[in-house]
Amino acid sequence: MSLIQETDFGAPAVRSEKTVTLTIDGVQVTVPEGTSLMRAAKELGTTIPKLCATDSVAAFGSCRLCLVEIEGRAGTPASCTTPVAEGMVVSTQTPKLAKLRRGVMELYISDHPLDCLTCAANGDCELQDMAGAVGLREVRYGYDGANHLTAAKDASNPYFTYDASKCIVCSRCVRACEEVQGTFALTIAGRGFGSRVSPGQSESFMTSECVSCGACVQACPTATLTETRVIEIGQPEHSAVTTCAYCGVGCAFKAEMRGEELVRMVPWKAGKANRGHSCVKGRFAWGYATHRERVTEPMIRASIHDPWKVVSWDEAIAHTASEFKRIQGQYGRDSVGGITSSRCTNEETYLVQKLVRTAFGNHNVDTCARVCHSPTGYGLKTTFGASAGTQDFDSVEETDVMVVIGANPTDAHPVFASRMKKRLRQGARLIVIDPRRIDLVRSARVQADHHLALRPGTNVAVLTAMAHVIVTEGLADEAYVRERCDLQAYAHWAEFVSLPQHGPEATEAVTGVPAAELRAAARLYATGGNGSIYYGLGVTEHSQGSTTVMAIANLAMVTGNIGRPGVGVNPLRGQNNVQGACDMGSFPHEFSGYRHVSDDETRQLFEEAWGVALGDEPGLRIPNMLDEAVAGHFKGLYVQGEDILQSDPNTRHVAAGLAAMECVVVQDLFLNETANYAHVFLPGSTFLEKDGTFTNAERRIQRVRKVMRPRNGYADWEVTQMLSNALGYPMAYDHPSQIMDEIARLTPSFAGVSFEKLDALGSIQWPCNAAAPEGTPVMHIDHFVRGKGQFILTEYVPTEEKVGPRYPLLLTTGRILSQYNVGAQTRRTENSRWHAEDVLEIHPHDAEERGVRDGDWVRLKSRSGETALRAEITDRVAPGVVYTTFHHPLTQANVITTDHSDWATNCPEYKVTAVQVSRGNGPAEWQVEYTAQARKSRRIEAAE
Amino acid sequence: MTDADEAHATGVTPMANQIAGFFVSQGDHAAAVAGTADHIKAFWAPVMRRELLALVDAGQAEGLSDVAREAILRLR
Ligand code: SF4
Ligand code: SF4
Ligand code: SF4
Ligand code: FES
Repeated sequence: MSLIQETDFGAPAVRSEKTVTLTIDGVQVTVPEGTSLMRAAKELGTTIPKLCATDSVAAFGSCRLCLVEIEGRAGTPASCTTPVAEGMVVSTQTPKLAKLRRGVMELYISDHPLDCLTCAANGDCELQDMAGAVGLREVRYGYDGANHLTAAKDASNPYFTYDASKCIVCSRCVRACEEVQGTFALTIAGRGFGSRVSPGQSESFMTSECVSCGACVQACPTATLTETRVIEIGQPEHSAVTTCAYCGVGCAFKAEMRGEELVRMVPWKAGKANRGHSCVKGRFAWGYATHRERVTEPMIRASIHDPWKVVSWDEAIAHTASEFKRIQGQYGRDSVGGITSSRCTNEETYLVQKLVRTAFGNHNVDTCARVCHSPTGYGLKTTFGASAGTQDFDSVEETDVMVVIGANPTDAHPVFASRMKKRLRQGARLIVIDPRRIDLVRSARVQADHHLALRPGTNVAVLTAMAHVIVTEGLADEAYVRERCDLQAYAHWAEFVSLPQHGPEATEAVTGVPAAELRAAARLYATGGNGSIYYGLGVTEHSQGSTTVMAIANLAMVTGNIGRPGVGVNPLRGQNNVQGACDMGSFPHEFSGYRHVSDDETRQLFEEAWGVALGDEPGLRIPNMLDEAVAGHFKGLYVQGEDILQSDPNTRHVAAGLAAMECVVVQDLFLNETANYAHVFLPGSTFLEKDGTFTNAERRIQRVRKVMRPRNGYADWEVTQMLSNALGYPMAYDHPSQIMDEIARLTPSFAGVSFEKLDALGSIQWPCNAAAPEGTPVMHIDHFVRGKGQFILTEYVPTEEKVGPRYPLLLTTGRILSQYNVGAQTRRTENSRWHAEDVLEIHPHDAEERGVRDGDWVRLKSRSGETALRAEITDRVAPGVVYTTFHHPLTQANVITTDHSDWATNCPEYKVTAVQVSRGNGPAEWQVEYTAQARKSRRIEAAE
Repeated sequence: MTDADEAHATGVTPMANQIAGFFVSQGDHAAAVAGTADHIKAFWAPVMRRELLALVDAGQAEGLSDVAREAILRLR
């Protein structure tokens, strides 16, 4: 294996139907109109020297190294900024150009510390390369003039260092921060010779607006901005392309290695989800893989009050199998189940559900999508016929109006947020529907046209009111509806939404959204051109989550915004493989590809393939498993890569359920919170240690590639396989590709997928089959998957969770950029420098009423429980609403959340909890107890 | 026990009511019963249905809506 080298074309590709033909160094080339000469030359394989140009940002034309001569034109124009023209004749190498270029390089080099041999970028420096390319042999000015060689370093960011002495002021970093990331954190401060790159107003990187995405580091041609890891350990020598294991954007990275040591993760330009960009998590926060707290040996214990005992793999597997057999013998076949992981690969997830359905012999399998996007599956399947988002991410480039509902992309889906912001800077309009003023509402060069700051829990009322405006004001796309949708259902629905009680004036008192603002937003979405809806957990995690998803689908259908690029309904998935986990049959009522267990034909297919009889009734979902455990019927659980104690609602109830079981098996990297209640711990492997695939929020299946051996000895799929064999159901896969082959054989929407094809195409969006051999970027193009689009009535039903004198505030929860989900991984990296603890956002008015000052400890109490954390006073939240994140086990925000859940899927209502806030003086008693208990539960017996 | 734990002991009743609530909003009584029954059949494990039926039989399904009651009886 060698280091993958990507071509830098010097300027971004141009999309144009029209082409232009010209001659460069005697060779003809045809390129899209508007392409720069530099890019056209590179298409031919001709490299023109350059320093300030790179293909991630628009050309700037400042270094004057890329000069060319054009027949019939005076002077030597910069090839990076000069567009091609029909019939142009260009020379890139002439004696005149060589002289000019050497002169430019001499100037650069005279102000550069020539410590190349000891420089971190040695071997990966464009300045070095250019000195060679222009044939620089002497520097006539000497090195003694004014220079910046003693300029100070900024090492405030834990992941990269800024060494000002090496800066050539090409401003590639500044442009990357603006154009690629959209943060505008960098400027060139000073003028002329004194100019230097500066974060903010001469701040350090850490104290500036910088979000540590790494785009500037990526763009820098010198060692000025360099990964601290590279400074510490040197340049990588080989690499493999893989997929980020954090969020549902699914960024593709090159894992750059030295032997088995990961040096850095560099975003891969050909990655179709991220197009060469990254965020602080995927780019930098992978240190958890080698964190000292990672457990790499299997452990067992008889009781959760005992310390752990380290055992061999054989013993751990044999013990687990015998316990599950004993439990099933004693309490019946349905007394055990499994939970698949949205963090593991498709192949691993598929295998766990297969283990449950074959070796356990029931359908008691569920996945953490239960607690996030299960309503998406239900809602989109009911209305459109497919449980997935309708578009690819590229679609955002053609959208005119974006509606963002209950999502906070800049924190939770940062790389896609950057793509959204880019489109917004180009003039697309924006409607944000969220109780909180998320960053997208107002950030650098982005301003929402409308922010509907609704009261938590009133999504359905707001969306139905939007439909009311569209229908009653005659803004429906009737031609589309006539052609594509079920007309009877439409007529029924149109009549329903037109009722006066659904109008924005009538619902204003409930939703808190001014009617005029809502009307304006609805008009904009219906008439502003291509309208697209992006939504997140603020939609699904409600008692009416599924209804809200269907309300969104209704809006898209009635305005004709489904079935082409630029439009659509796009759930922003939380975890990296939550789409895949759902696709793979992780739900207790369906097989892979969303086919119900009661469907005879499908069941027969699986029975034949797996050689077992399969039941035709659904199994238990996570909350039901816990209920049954408390009731004494459910006794054994195999949990792969999830931390249900921390991530599921009403922690105390989860704890009670787990404590009532006789064998809880946790397979994870760390002794997570659930492991406090486990009897068997099977060490897991990281995404760097195994082969497989993840499927991102746009249904894109991408490869995960093994770059090092599993520190725990086995990839997670191998552990499941060992367990299955020990239970008496034989599995004999040698490689995950064979598992994917089985998935493809048994799942129509995956029929054309194989590792081979993925390697050839880079990625594939399902459905991929005979009709769409290379996959399907945009769904429902000529007709809906279900045939006719189905309008569903969406009556607003207020949640049972109501504010009152005891609990007068509404708590809503979310996540933050630097941390991921329950934080098991990110907390074990330097990312904690950005978010050391969860805080409670509270409006100044509510804070004042309670005598709470910024930074004070406050007690947060709901009907379920109580916790304590520090307050942050901000008007981002409306009066009456408080907000927190759930990344830290000590806070345990879910101690507070209740059991209310979505009517259709039991997805918990995380986004609305009635609470009271009062001043406190430190952690709650419960937290102190919990910490002590967790510490006790994590004891490992000393080896004899 | 907190309030929520208590709610849990009889969790199937409110769940069935919530489902029925949705289908009641979709159309007439007969369709609502059918929709509720179909939904429960498709998504509930048999043990949950048995629990609700047992509550109904024992006269303990307090607060169970008419539609939900008819639906679960249909699934006996
Ligand atoms: S790391 Fe990202 S946000 Fe920070 S300065 Fe660089 S480009 Fe801007
Ligand atoms: S820090 Fe790097 S990219 Fe930025 S101006 Fe200096 S040399 Fe160019
Ligand atoms: S966390 Fe998400 S946005 Fe960030 S690099 Fe990974 S996949 Fe991309
Ligand atoms: S690369 Fe064209 S001017 Fe710098």
